[in-house]
Amino acid sequence: MSAAPDLLGRRLLFFTGKGGVGKSTVAAAMALLAAERGKRVLVVEVDAKGNLPDAFEQDRVGFEPREVYPSVWAMAMRTEDSLKEYLRVNLRVPVLGRLGPLARVFDFVATAAPGVREILTVGKICWEVRESIEGRADWDLVVVDAAATGHIVAQLDAPRAIQELVAVGVIRNQTEWLVDLLSDPEITALSVVATPEEMPVSETIELVARARAELAVPLGAVIVNRVLPELFTHSDEEVFEALREPGPTEALAAQAGPGAPTVLEAARLAVSLRRSRAPHLARLRETVELPTLFLPYLFVRDAGLRVTRMLADALADELGL
Amino acid sequence: MSPKRPTSEADLESLLAAKEVVVMCGSGGVGKTSVAAAAALMAATRLGGKVLVLTVDPARRLATALGLEGFGNVEKQVPTEALTAAGLEPRGELWAAMLDTKRSWDELVLRHAPDEQTAMKILENRLYENITGRFVQSHDYIAMERLFEIHATGTYDLIVVDTPPTRNAIDFLEAPSRMADFFGSRLLRWLTLPYRTGGKRGSRMINVASRPFYQVADRILGSQFLEDIAEFFLNFQSMYEGFTERARAVEALLHDRRTTFAVVTTLEGAPLREAEFFCDQLLARRFHLGALVLNKTLPSTLLDREGTQAANVLCASDEAVTGALAAADTERLGDQAETGRVLHTIGESFHNLAVVAKREAELRDELARQPDVVAIVPNLEVDIHDVSGLAEIGHHLRA
Repeated sequence: MSAAPDLLGRRLLFFTGKGGVGKSTVAAAMALLAAERGKRVLVVEVDAKGNLPDAFEQDRVGFEPREVYPSVWAMAMRTEDSLKEYLRVNLRVPVLGRLGPLARVFDFVATAAPGVREILTVGKICWEVRESIEGRADWDLVVVDAAATGHIVAQLDAPRAIQELVAVGVIRNQTEWLVDLLSDPEITALSVVATPEEMPVSETIELVARARAELAVPLGAVIVNRVLPELFTHSDEEVFEALREPGPTEALAAQAGPGAPTVLEAARLAVSLRRSRAPHLARLRETVELPTLFLPYLFVRDAGLRVTRMLADALADELGL
Repeated sequence: MSPKRPTSEADLESLLAAKEVVVMCGSGGVGKTSVAAAAALMAATRLGGKVLVLTVDPARRLATALGLEGFGNVEKQVPTEALTAAGLEPRGELWAAMLDTKRSWDELVLRHAPDEQTAMKILENRLYENITGRFVQSHDYIAMERLFEIHATGTYDLIVVDTPPTRNAIDFLEAPSRMADFFGSRLLRWLTLPYRTGGKRGSRMINVASRPFYQVADRILGSQFLEDIAEFFLNFQSMYEGFTERARAVEALLHDRRTTFAVVTTLEGAPLREAEFFCDQLLARRFHLGALVLNKTLPSTLLDREGTQAANVLCASDEAVTGALAAADTERLGDQAETGRVLHTIGESFHNLAVVAKREAELRDELARQPDVVAIVPNLEVDIHDVSGLAEIGHHLRA
């Protein structure tokens, strides 16, 4: 499938993927793209490595959103803060300062009890979306740098899991609107970031299958990051092969100097790196019936705002904007 | 296979020869699993003895190559024919095992529960799977626990452990002590207190200190849910002694002088920062940091001045260049315009890769703390999914 998905038309975008594929950078690029198209964006960093603000060349953020780029606010999820906010807003239990002993107990229960941490994460995110839909908060879009492929299903399925486990109580009553919001295709989309390598592609395929089977959350797109360029057309490649023969290589060295063979070898490396990744791309395309966006491998020194902008531009192209 | 060459102090092969346990760590996507398997293969091939690679989640084709398909916690020998078919002459045996977290937990419960009835109560508790799935980074804990168990059997001369992906690379180091702390904590006793006094629902004894907690918790979670949790912990707590003793032993093994850590990373900003952080943490906690593996690196020839000059000429290739080439091979080179285009692409590709190679070189120079052994593995052009691929990584690990 190649039709460009209307990701920017939604209110809540989750990005997941195997560790190391560039999920945070892609989420940041999407936020930047949306902001430059006039939206007010909240980016939520869930699996707090704390490096999402790097994409905007900003320091780490906390639970309270901070503007890291014009119209882009960023926050890091902290379940203890989320609980505090929840208690204050929903149960009118004021909690001053740190939760203290209650926090330790909470931490305890949360590590053990199914879905408590997840519900506080997803709950806070959905709450921001609902508040803005109902005009009490100003986000046009909430972008989530979500949990990695191994944990995302548990995270997004938490409201339903809680409904099954908890018979009564306030949380049980409040999971219904969460489920509704998360499963609304007008509002929510879950996208998976991958790189054209064996493990990221396998995890993507498995996750998409699981998401279809176990989650009501609508799938958005598969975003393939770091795609190496195809250097040559078929006929150009024949010329390239001919150039690597001893005669032409010698002639080239006579013109371009003794470094010519090194340069040819580097091109061969680039061709074969691209080629070794092609089967994974093909497998992904054949298996995952989702719109697939391709982002180029960027030959740059390091991450930062410039890279985020380049990726945002590439995303815009792929989304047909 | 070449004869065993004399080795200096500082190379990976002698590190593997000197240790019984090598723990490979690093952030996701750096190629930890392949490096772990390659190191184990290298040890089995060159050093001999029985070598085990304990892996967590190998790529399917690699798992198949190691004969791990469909097997959980059972260690399996990689058939010697698989090694000889790849042109190796192994002096020892390569074994492989995959970590099955669920089964490992079950075995742990069965071992430490006071009686079968309690064990079954725990295993059948609906919270059990969930809790073992996420509680105190249970994957990390169980990986270290399995390592301990296998090491204790004395079956292997060397065990190479591939660590599970963690949010934070040091999580698994702390897993054993966290596990022990958890079971020994006053908090756990306090939390389960109302349920330990034999009180049934509605008649539980709640002390003054904990009352506000239960009131809030009841409102949020519902009291039945809380009781389920408490009951589970009560049963779980019966394993306290076995568990804490075990966790301390696991920690002791990680600190043992026969154990070393190897940090795997790519020369990219984020993974490298994490690797450096990890090296610092290892040293601060007095673990033995044996090696740093820089994986998937680009060739240093990309930094050649002569290469850059040649690439410049190619990028600007004019008729003088294409004409000279046409004279060398008129048959297979296309028309001069096409040749010029191809040369331009080749030159540009070199410059592109050179930017990345420069970044890698800079990051490498900035590495503040380096262990004695630093191994550099190039970005191999093919996926590593078989024994010969692993052997190639091993070749670079030794170089």
